Amino acid sequence: MGFFEDMEVGQRRELGSFTFTAELIKKFASKFDPQRFHLDEEEGRKSLFGGLAASGWHVAAVCMKMMVAEGQHQAKEAAARGEKVAVWGPSPGFRELRWIKPVLAGDTISFSSEVESLRSSASRPEWGIVQSRNTGTNQRGELVYSFLATGFVPRRNAGS
Amino acid sequence: MTLTFEDFPPGHFGTFGPRRITREEIIEFAAEFDPQPMHLDDEAASRSMLKGLSASGWHLCSIMMRMMFDGYIGRTASLGSPGVNELRWVAPVRPGDDLTLDVEVAEARVSRSRPDTGIVTFKAIARNAAGQVVCEWLSPIIVRRRAAVMAEQAS
Repeated sequence: MGFFEDMEVGQRRELGSFTFTAELIKKFASKFDPQRFHLDEEEGRKSLFGGLAASGWHVAAVCMKMMVAEGQHQAKEAAARGEKVAVWGPSPGFRELRWIKPVLAGDTISFSSEVESLRSSASRPEWGIVQSRNTGTNQRGELVYSFLATGFVPRRNAGS
Repeated sequence: MTLTFEDFPPGHFGTFGPRRITREEIIEFAAEFDPQPMHLDDEAASRSMLKGLSASGWHLCSIMMRMMFDGYIGRTASLGSPGVNELRWVAPVRPGDDLTLDVEVAEARVSRSRPDTGIVTFKAIARNAAGQVVCEWLSPIIVRRRAAVMAEQAS
């Protein structure tokens, strides 16, 4: 991930993959989204999803998990090289989030992130603003999840 | 009584909550899904742009989903959602915040491809106890129409 200055439009990061087991799907759903097709195999089969399906918010949360893990891995490597480590800022939101296909029990989703635009922040000169298209693809190569994220990324020479 | 497409005319639909957000659940969710220091650790969070421990935005989305489920989705003939058109995390959610959710129907139309269903686009606005907006989103949900649900119940 690095600093704002290290990023370029079109840069793509593979974030790794995650298998949504029936147990994890039900655990998340029972806490946050207990609709019947997220809790029960038979109800899932009868639904539009055609099987026990992960809550869309579960897919979104796992995408964040993969993004943070990959960023922390890169930070560790940068620190090992003796470089300054970038600490990300928060996100003001996102657009165009699409749950394109259901994520069913046993599916393995590979996540990736591609930089779409970069601009400096007028009100916060120590930060840049990056827009990334984050996606999830299942084991059959089908795009299942996509959104356009916005986030604050630190500038390399801010305040140091 | 199951809520169907016809129960969601454009306009204000309802207010749900309040729902208290605890420090323990903020840290538990962040540890599993979003382990950035600003969501896990008071000291690191105080040095972040948000100036104090705050809930992951994805945690907030998940809590808003649960508030909607408890408020009406749980008794709605919902077939799921294709996505979220736009979402803004406006202000941080802190430990101890009591969140209230306002739900508006922004648009409701019958589906062209599946005429026994309709697409209801909800605007959801979460506020803290001070009335400050913390998050808002615009998201469509596919809901079955009354005639289809009643025909199934009668058979």
